[in-house]
Amino acid sequence: MSLRISALELARLHRLAAGGYPHEVCGILAGRRADREVLEVVPLVNERADSPANRYRVDGLLVMKAEQELEARGLEVVGYYHSHPDHPSRYSDYDREHALPNMSYAIVSVMAGEVAETACWRLSEDRSVMDAEQIEVGTGPATLERSCL
Amino acid sequence: MSVEIRIPTALRAYTDSAAKVSVQGGTVAAALGELVEQHGDLKRHLRDDEGRLRSFVNIYLNDEDIRAHSGEATPLSDGDVLMIVPSIAGGRSGALAGTP
Repeated sequence: MSLRISALELARLHRLAAGGYPHEVCGILAGRRADREVLEVVPLVNERADSPANRYRVDGLLVMKAEQELEARGLEVVGYYHSHPDHPSRYSDYDREHALPNMSYAIVSVMAGEVAETACWRLSEDRSVMDAEQIEVGTGPATLERSCL
Repeated sequence: MSVEIRIPTALRAYTDSAAKVSVQGGTVAAALGELVEQHGDLKRHLRDDEGRLRSFVNIYLNDEDIRAHSGEATPLSDGDVLMIVPSIAGGRSGALAGTP
């Protein structure tokens, strides 16, 4: 199954990632879990003021509060996103070690302030790797399939 | 004695979709131990290879972080509610001096 996102929300994700450069930005991919469909990109504040260029963190209670607000609006958490400033969109060991199972992790590579590519990953059951997840971008009634955008 | 453990969305695949699991247990450690006895696949996502809670896994007892009490040794009472509250964290690879 692929992660589905509209061109509009993907563009919003890219604006957030580029706008945060040279720091990592992060947030929630909200929508319908059963379909892995992202309907809304929800930014959160990166708490890692000590090393914002290569780390992000959001306190669990703040994540939970954001998720409860989404649930009240009928949205579910499909996954999370963050940016990699001046670095490829491949996940790092640090990403893998901190990943939750059954969630999609979109990573936006931002090179010199410009979005270079976006990839999506899901943690394997044994936590040893993150598997690439294809991203389908909706363009109105049809969708375009791409593995790397 | 019964304690309720609230399961976050990401981990409900391992509790037959249950958002709450009831366990016995006199301490946080005992309650979590019973939880992973009931739902074994949870363990690798809650604890590292040394058996420690993973760094992004926070446990709240009646809305207070157990780190403010006695950690996993914190005693429990009948009716207590434990919440598993994951932080989100990560970041790119590549050396940046001094990054923990």
